[in-house]
Amino acid sequence: MSRLLSTGQAINEALAIAMETDPDVILLGEDLVGGGTREVEGTDEMGGVLGTTKGLEKRFPGRVLDTPISEMGILGTAVGAAATGLRPVAELMFMDFLGVCLDPLLNQAAKLRYMFGGKARVPLTVRTVCGAGMRAAAQHSQSLYWMTAGIPGLKTVIPSNPAEAKGLLLAAIRDDDPVVFCEAKGVLMQRGEVPEGDFTIAIGRANVVRTGADVTLVGFGATVSVALAAADALAKEGTHAEVIDLRSVAPLDEETILSSLEKTGRLVVVDESTPRCSIASDVAALCVDRGFDFLNAPVRRITAPHSPVPFAAILEDAFRPDAARVIAAVREMG
Amino acid sequence: MCPEPIPTGVALSRERLLEAYRTMRRIRSFEEKLQELVLAGKMAGFLHLYVGEEAVATGVCMHLDSRDWVTSTHRGHGHCIAKGVGVAGMMAELFGRATGLCKGKGGSMHIADMDHGMLGANGIVGAGIPLATGAALTAKVKRSGGVGVAFFGDGASNQGQFHESLNMAQNWKLPALYVVENNGWGEFTPTGFVVPVADIAERARSYAMNALIADGMDFFDVFEKAAEAIARARRGDGPTLLECKTYRFSGHYVGDTLAYRSKEEAEHWKQRRDPLERFEHRVVEAGLLSSDALRSADGEVAAQIASAVAAAEAAPLPDPTSVTSDVYVNG
Repeated sequence: MSRLLSTGQAINEALAIAMETDPDVILLGEDLVGGGTREVEGTDEMGGVLGTTKGLEKRFPGRVLDTPISEMGILGTAVGAAATGLRPVAELMFMDFLGVCLDPLLNQAAKLRYMFGGKARVPLTVRTVCGAGMRAAAQHSQSLYWMTAGIPGLKTVIPSNPAEAKGLLLAAIRDDDPVVFCEAKGVLMQRGEVPEGDFTIAIGRANVVRTGADVTLVGFGATVSVALAAADALAKEGTHAEVIDLRSVAPLDEETILSSLEKTGRLVVVDESTPRCSIASDVAALCVDRGFDFLNAPVRRITAPHSPVPFAAILEDAFRPDAARVIAAVREMG
Repeated sequence: MCPEPIPTGVALSRERLLEAYRTMRRIRSFEEKLQELVLAGKMAGFLHLYVGEEAVATGVCMHLDSRDWVTSTHRGHGHCIAKGVGVAGMMAELFGRATGLCKGKGGSMHIADMDHGMLGANGIVGAGIPLATGAALTAKVKRSGGVGVAFFGDGASNQGQFHESLNMAQNWKLPALYVVENNGWGEFTPTGFVVPVADIAERARSYAMNALIADGMDFFDVFEKAAEAIARARRGDGPTLLECKTYRFSGHYVGDTLAYRSKEEAEHWKQRRDPLERFEHRVVEAGLLSSDALRSADGEVAAQIASAVAAAEAAPLPDPTSVTSDVYVNG
């Protein structure tokens, strides 16, 4: 059975299942419950800035911890708790805030196991909201998964719809390595069918969302729907696109990308981050390194420009990759 | 030197006193050997010696057991040894051998032993503080009765990680102990140049946290203050910031020219405040241990370290293909 849920509701459901099935799972972050006003009549908990964690503290008292606005303290404490026996899910309200708390991820979570010769486990999940689309401008809209994907020892996943959010989050929490779970704003605003009950989606495997023989469109997070919209339009012109949803940007499912490229000979990768050192560049490099003989046209990267995320609607819309650019790129491939 | 009385609150058996002495001597001799090996070109890496500060790690860790976790710093050998980590595995690690505690992947600044509750030295100043806070959170959630202990220097008390951790730990009344080893120097800069408060312990007041100050050159004083702080944490009454005033006999790292510090200052501490000598004077004077017993402990320690060096030198190097193992749990 499945129901129509928002991505936020699907995440809430995954957190509840994770906490129900494992007493070591705790949540910590800013405003996860929200409010010293909880005991005041006529007031309610906020459940996080987007309401994602609402109701969990009532169901799991003492396991949902509201923290001070101390991102470095939150992540550092979560790493220590993870290494000593808990399975914490820490929330970094916006991925942009990595700027004030990178050390616990970069130098601690990612490296403890390696530095300790394989003796440590850091089963930490960091949930964080990324991406443009909410007119939140330069410091609340970045897609920085390319940073975490580039750090050995971390995994980085990014669901493209509510069902995937549920399955990938449960997999992330149960993974014994640190996982950065990116909630793209474009995806958080979606609703979709979500299966009931407990299920996981394997980390490191891409999903072929739509099959086609003429061109491969690679997306992840919010750009999967962009790729699907482009594929719909292209189909009307007689061009059949295969759409791959990466689901996980680290590890990267190279084989699914390459086997699709082998079939289609053309590839466009759509990434809402800035272009330099991006996942898009990584996928393009993979195609050249290992798929050169399959290529019938240059690989095209459709990304945001090399600029901060602007505020005004017309500017932000111009910043975000859209289906029109994907369609144009495919047409140019001939 | 006039022997000082042993605090009346510290009643230790002959065995426990010998254990304290052995631990301090093991730290001292281990590091003197490291210095010798580095200067002879037999050992590589960035090494930071704990010599002079032995009473701090020893006085605190004698209260800890298998439920407890410690985090350390770039100056971490002493905390490892005091927490019960074996010198053979440590020496092999510092030699970069496959038999090292971390299979040659950690080295001095990341030496760790999860089996002994030693959550790592740390190359990032202040980074161990939230890790110990997390260990204390685990202890609280799991009701293990354990405590999380962070050792760090005066320099780390200027880092955001220190302040964020203390604030969170006090809010949550975590079973944590923050041991600041104020050795008067942050790398090459005197603490007073960069810390505007007279005592780092004062910083606890901002967080309504319990604070204590100990003479970090005196095992008995550290032992007594740590006992109080750890008992408080185990009772569920929250964390403590324990400042231990101590001194780094060596430079910031092995090879440091020490141009920034006067010889007289260092000599004063070495001659008058050496924690091993002070300990010896007092226990011998009080008739608790004999000089012979202590010399015999010295011999045991020396033999142990010599054998650790011999074993490490003979041990195999890591397989170069292991460079990519242990990055993730499965592969």
